[in-house]
Amino acid sequence: MHSTETLRSHGTACPATSADGGCTDDQIAGDGYTCRFEQGARPESLILNMGPQHPSTHGVLRVLLELDGEYIVRAEPVLGYLHRMHEKMAEVKTPAQFMPNMGRVDYLHALAWNWAYVGAVEKLAGIEIPERAEYLRVITCELNRISSHLLWWGAYLLDLGAFTPIMYAFDDREMLLDLLQLMTGSRLTYSSFRFGGVYTDAGPAFVQGVRQFIPHLRSRLPMYTALVTENIILRRRIEEVGVIPQDMVTRYGASGPVARGSGIAYDVRRAEPYSVYDRFDYEIPVRHEECSMARYMVRMAEIEQSLRIIEQAIESLPEGEHMHPKAPKPSFKLPAGESYFAVEGARGKIGVWIASDGGKTPYRVKLRAPGFSNLALFAECARGTLLADAVAILGSLDMVIPEIDR
Amino acid sequence: MASIFRTLADLWSLVVGLGITGKEFCKPGVTVHYPRAEVTPEAAASFRGPIELIGLDKDPAKPKCIACMLCVSACPSNCIAVTRAPTPKPTPEELKAMAEAEARGEKPKKPAPPKAPGTWTYDFSLCSLCGSCVEVCPVDSIGFSHDIYMVGTRREDFVFDQLARLARKAAARKAEPKKAAPEAASAPAPAPETAATPASEA
Repeated sequence: MHSTETLRSHGTACPATSADGGCTDDQIAGDGYTCRFEQGARPESLILNMGPQHPSTHGVLRVLLELDGEYIVRAEPVLGYLHRMHEKMAEVKTPAQFMPNMGRVDYLHALAWNWAYVGAVEKLAGIEIPERAEYLRVITCELNRISSHLLWWGAYLLDLGAFTPIMYAFDDREMLLDLLQLMTGSRLTYSSFRFGGVYTDAGPAFVQGVRQFIPHLRSRLPMYTALVTENIILRRRIEEVGVIPQDMVTRYGASGPVARGSGIAYDVRRAEPYSVYDRFDYEIPVRHEECSMARYMVRMAEIEQSLRIIEQAIESLPEGEHMHPKAPKPSFKLPAGESYFAVEGARGKIGVWIASDGGKTPYRVKLRAPGFSNLALFAECARGTLLADAVAILGSLDMVIPEIDR
Repeated sequence: MASIFRTLADLWSLVVGLGITGKEFCKPGVTVHYPRAEVTPEAAASFRGPIELIGLDKDPAKPKCIACMLCVSACPSNCIAVTRAPTPKPTPEELKAMAEAEARGEKPKKPAPPKAPGTWTYDFSLCSLCGSCVEVCPVDSIGFSHDIYMVGTRREDFVFDQLARLARKAAARKAEPKKAAPEAASAPAPAPETAATPASEA
C-alpha cells in the first residue's frame, strides 16, 4: 500500500513527471505504470495499489486506484503480467500442436476454449463430427461450466470475507472433476477435444457417474441458497452494488452473465446455435437488476440450466463413434481461408478466428476472450463507489486473468 | 414496527447458515489426508501421468516402439527425443554376399536398420500431457502412467530414459509375486520410483 506521502516523495525524486506527462528513463520511480498514473492524483487523494502482482502467483489482478477518502475517483486495471503469447504461438504451431494451449487460456472453462478452436478448424477444413462426439462435447463442456461457476461462487464469497462456502463448493466440484477426469484425463487444463471428435469415448462409469451427479448437485443447491444467497450480510454487500446499465454493456462488448445480469438475453448457445444445442430444452437466465446480485443470481440459475442440458444429453446420448473415421491426422494442412467460431463460455462469448494461407501453420489466430471486455468496464463501473464495493464488483465480473492476458 | 420484523427475519438467515455449518461439522471429512492416506489406484486410473513406453507382450522389457518418429513430430513441445538403434555391422558372410553382388553389377543388399529405438528420452518438465503422442503411435507403444505422486527436486529428475525405465519396471514386475493376470498397460504402477532416472546423455 502506498500512502500519499510515499508517492509524493517519489514525485520529488522524479521531477520530470509533471512537466510533459512522462518520465525519462532514468527517473522512473517505482514502475512506469504508477508513474504515469500518479499525475492525475489530486493533493488530497490517495493512490492505492489494489491486489498483488507477481509472476509466480497465478491469476491475480493489479488495480491502481485513486481514492478520495473511501470513495474511488479513478480505477485502472493493469494487465499484461500473464501474457503468454498464445496468439503468436498459434502462428508457429500446427493446429494439432496448438490444441494443448487452449486448455491454458482459461483454466476454469478450458473445454469451451477447446471447443472454440476445434470448431474454427473444423469449419475451415470442413471436418465432420460424429453425433456422439457432439453430445459428449455438450456434456463435458456443461460439466466444466458448472465447475467453473462453483469455483467462482466459492472464490467470490472468499473475496467478500466468507470462508466456509468454498469448502462446500469444492466438495461438489471434486466429484465433477472426477467425472471430467474419466473423459479428459486431467482435472483442470483439459486438452480433450480433437478435430473430428473427442479424445476418449464415454464409458459406462462416466454415464453412470453423470446420472448420479445431477440429483446430487440438485439436492445441494437449496443448501447453497439457504447458506449464502439468503444471507443478509451478502445481500447487503452486493445488492445494488456495481450497477452496470445496458448501454455500458454494449459499449464495452461485455457478454456472458455480466450482460445477462443487465437484462440482455444474449447467449451464443441460443443466438448462434452451434453443435446440438438447439435440440435441448433449457432457459437463458436473465435478471434486470443490473447489480452484482443480479450477476450472482444468473450464475446460480445457470448451474441449474446446465444440469438440465446434461440430463437431456446423457439420456439421448446416441451410440456410435467418438472420432470420425475420416478425422485428419495431426500433420494435416489447413486449407487457405478464414473462419470464425464462437461458443458460450462461463464468462461470455469466446471466439476464435483463424486465417490460413494454406501453409503448415495458420497465418493468424485471434482469440476473443470475454473476460477482457468484461474487465474493461470496471474502470467506469467502479468510479464513485466505495473501496469495499470495488472488490464486490470485480468478483462479480468473474475474472480469469490468464484469459484476459492470453 | 415493520422494520423490526424485517431485521429479525434478516438476522434469522444467519441462524439458518450457522445451522447448516453445524450440521456439516458433524459429518465425516471428505478429503484424503495425504500422506497418511492416498488416492486409490482406481481413482487415478484415468489420470494422465507422465507418458511411458509399453513393452511387448512376449518381452515386457522391450518396447513395442518401431522408432517411426511420429510421436516426435506430433509433440507440441518437443519433449520426446528418439534415436534409432544402430545398424548392426554386417557379418563376414553378408559382407561376402555384398561384395559378390557388387561384382555382378547388382545393387548390394545392405542390412536394414532394426525397427527399434536406440534411445528414448522424455522431458516431463516440458510435457503438457495432451496425449498427441499416445494418439499418433501406430503400434500403441506409448501410454500414460498413473503416477500422481511423482516429485523431483532437480530439473534432471524429470528427464526420463524411457528404455531404462521400462526395463526396470519389467524387472520389478518379474520379481514381485504373480497376481491375477497383470496387464501391461492398466495395472497400477508398482511402488513409486524413488529416484527418477537421472538425465541420460541427452
